[in-house]
Amino acid sequence: MEKWDLLLTGVGGQGNILASDIIGDVALAAGYDVKKTDTLGMAQRGGSVVSHLRIAKKVFSPLIKEGEVDILLGFEKLETVRWASYLAPGAVAIINNFAIPPLSVNQGIEHYPSDDEVKSIIKQRTDKIYLVNGTQKATELGNARTLNIFMLGCLANFLPFETKDWQTAIAQHLPERLLKLNMSAFALGRKEIR
Amino acid sequence: MDIIAGQHPNSNRLPACVIIFGNMKRLLSGNEAIALGAYHAGVRTATAYPGTPSTEILEYISQFKDVYTEWSTNEKVAMEVALGSSYAGARTMVSLKQVGLNVAADPFLAAATTGVKGGLVIVDADDPGIHSSQGEQDNRHYAKLAKIPILEPIDSQSVYDLMLVAFDISEQFDTPVMLRTTTRISHSKSVVVITGERKPRPQDIVFPRQMQKYVMLPINARIRHPMMEERLVKLAEFAETFGFNKIETGGENLGIVSGGIAYQYAKNVFPGATFLNLGMTYPLPIKLLKRFAGLVNRILVVEELDPFLEDNIKALGIKVIGKEFIPRTGELSIDAVANAAVKAGLLTETKPLDKLNLPNKLPMRPPLLCPGCPHSGIFYVLSSVAQRLKLPGSKQTDKPSPLTITGDIGCYTLGAYPPLNAMDTTACMGASIGQAIGMEKAGISNKVVAVIGDSTFLHSGITPLIDAVYNRSKITVLILDNSTTAMTGHQEHPGTGFSVQGEPAGKVILENIVKGLGINDVKVVDAFRIKELRAALRDSLEHNVLSVVIVRGNCAVKVPKKVNPRAIDKEGCNQCGICLLIGCPAIQTEGKQPVIDQTMCMGDACTVCEQICPRKAIMPASQIKAGVNK
Repeated sequence: MEKWDLLLTGVGGQGNILASDIIGDVALAAGYDVKKTDTLGMAQRGGSVVSHLRIAKKVFSPLIKEGEVDILLGFEKLETVRWASYLAPGAVAIINNFAIPPLSVNQGIEHYPSDDEVKSIIKQRTDKIYLVNGTQKATELGNARTLNIFMLGCLANFLPFETKDWQTAIAQHLPERLLKLNMSAFALGRKEIR
Repeated sequence: MDIIAGQHPNSNRLPACVIIFGNMKRLLSGNEAIALGAYHAGVRTATAYPGTPSTEILEYISQFKDVYTEWSTNEKVAMEVALGSSYAGARTMVSLKQVGLNVAADPFLAAATTGVKGGLVIVDADDPGIHSSQGEQDNRHYAKLAKIPILEPIDSQSVYDLMLVAFDISEQFDTPVMLRTTTRISHSKSVVVITGERKPRPQDIVFPRQMQKYVMLPINARIRHPMMEERLVKLAEFAETFGFNKIETGGENLGIVSGGIAYQYAKNVFPGATFLNLGMTYPLPIKLLKRFAGLVNRILVVEELDPFLEDNIKALGIKVIGKEFIPRTGELSIDAVANAAVKAGLLTETKPLDKLNLPNKLPMRPPLLCPGCPHSGIFYVLSSVAQRLKLPGSKQTDKPSPLTITGDIGCYTLGAYPPLNAMDTTACMGASIGQAIGMEKAGISNKVVAVIGDSTFLHSGITPLIDAVYNRSKITVLILDNSTTAMTGHQEHPGTGFSVQGEPAGKVILENIVKGLGINDVKVVDAFRIKELRAALRDSLEHNVLSVVIVRGNCAVKVPKKVNPRAIDKEGCNQCGICLLIGCPAIQTEGKQPVIDQTMCMGDACTVCEQICPRKAIMPASQIKAGVNK
């Protein structure tokens, strides 16, 4: 049965909740049932943020079962690894090559996983790992906050939705003055993964 | 249509329920669907105090200008305002989180006793899994205690549809109605087909004096109680044919009784079973349940938290299984229900995926006080006076702290975490002051300081402070005034001078309240001036009288612009690590060298790290000569 279970992970402030809202609207416009749920923990900035997004003809649970995620869109490396066990075997993992060390790492109490560790953990579930330089590309574009739309561009390569539907949904969620820049970020993301 | 569509300059920042009404099929969160459903049902008054996960309901509904909406001082007041509005004949909604109903329990029970005039719906948002609460509790028990009906939605569509009928039920049966959501319902988005619209309702806003119904003297309350019992019988009869109590026919081997979000997990785990989905989980439809029991060989009750449905169904003499397999604590999920099904022998175990092999433990990412948080400075000072500051890498000492710090509920509860370690208790809203009095009166040798935020103080900190005055307590109370209800997402409160709609409102001045109670030792200190904070705290602790220090500084999120971010002059820095003791997320380390993230630092609005650096090595980045600091 046709279904996409998507997990978006990141750190508060990176814009992954907005990104998951946009995907939901694109899928709804394409005629699918959609459920989306965000786990925020205490409503603070800088904490872990995870969105579950389920797309199918009919969706029941808003939470995805462990081991059944089809696509993981990771905005930050540690937060991607944290949810690796949710990946289905052979799933797609798109990871922004960017680290935001938590306080315990800054204080030298805990260890931030190296790039090799990140890859070796994800590889236990899938070889389809796409490490993208999202933060760098978004910064070069002139606004690091376009990262979320860049990541959507990457993701769009793996979903059957039309570019114009993506553009419509993005336009509904962003103020007009930011549209041009974000459409460029989307196009860049699209080209990032071939 | 009734909507502001596209006219508002920030229309795409408004909740989805308020914009775009050409399209009647929308992805809405449960909280948006509650607001929209209540609006279409003709709600005229909505009250609330912020609390996760119910906060957004009032924020959404406040966007409709033809509804009276207010942030009430606390949930008890919200319930009382709602009750008065209902008595006057207006359809009324009060929304609160599960522990909010503890605060509002007294008027809640009173409302259940007197009944209503205009429909009264109490939206109760429980928090299984304790995403953001001080405890886990199943508030369905409250509705049973109050003898009122519970509606439990399974997704945003059923939230919307149930809201449309909830007010009718309330008026028909002369009862408040509880619509119970959970975090997962309130904060999940799913598809809603919007079928209703706001229609003008007959205007009957008048309070008819009716002593037997509204004046609960014992003689009248004795009349109301049997009426409440009769009401329950009538509601149970109504539940038999209520359209949201639905049998979904499947195999006869297994029947599932469920309600709320648990229904969704069960549908994923048992696609072939016969379901009884209860949209009204109290009181129960006896005949419908007995008919259902006749359709299937065995019944599993799937519900989150307590065996509420299970116990009530068993009391009807129907044999079911449930909590011997389904977890009683935490949030359910497909995994949790599937594991329970395997234990119950209802499902064969599928081979789980191999556990991931992690080379190292992954670092946690607990919530933190923000860069530039006005609480950081006072917690640093408290931790220092309490002799709890510990440099990175230094050994743990068992030396007892000379200070006991009772705490309260808000962002500042995070002061309990290292490196600040400056909060010793957190129980419920407003408890810090009473707890401090109790510790002092019990005779502990430590000085006792209570720490409470501005919104929490106004919510329920004033009465215990009166207790402190009356009973000659000598504690010190710190009111951390950041002029917002920050934890739940920056809501206004009576001390900010603005309403939920952002309009100017009456403003309560904290120091006037405190002085008005007769407290003489009252200081107001800038939250970002470390020396003054230390002096004020030391002064209060030295004098053996009841004292209040109001620590005032804007929430970092409300600071409009970052000016002059600070940096560390590496030539001057000896890597002592003292700046790391504030726990500021902008101060990071490269090896042993602390560095300040220029994009995160709040600069001139804060400067706490600059003030505590013993080497004076922290300064505006612009002052550090090129080349010294990368």
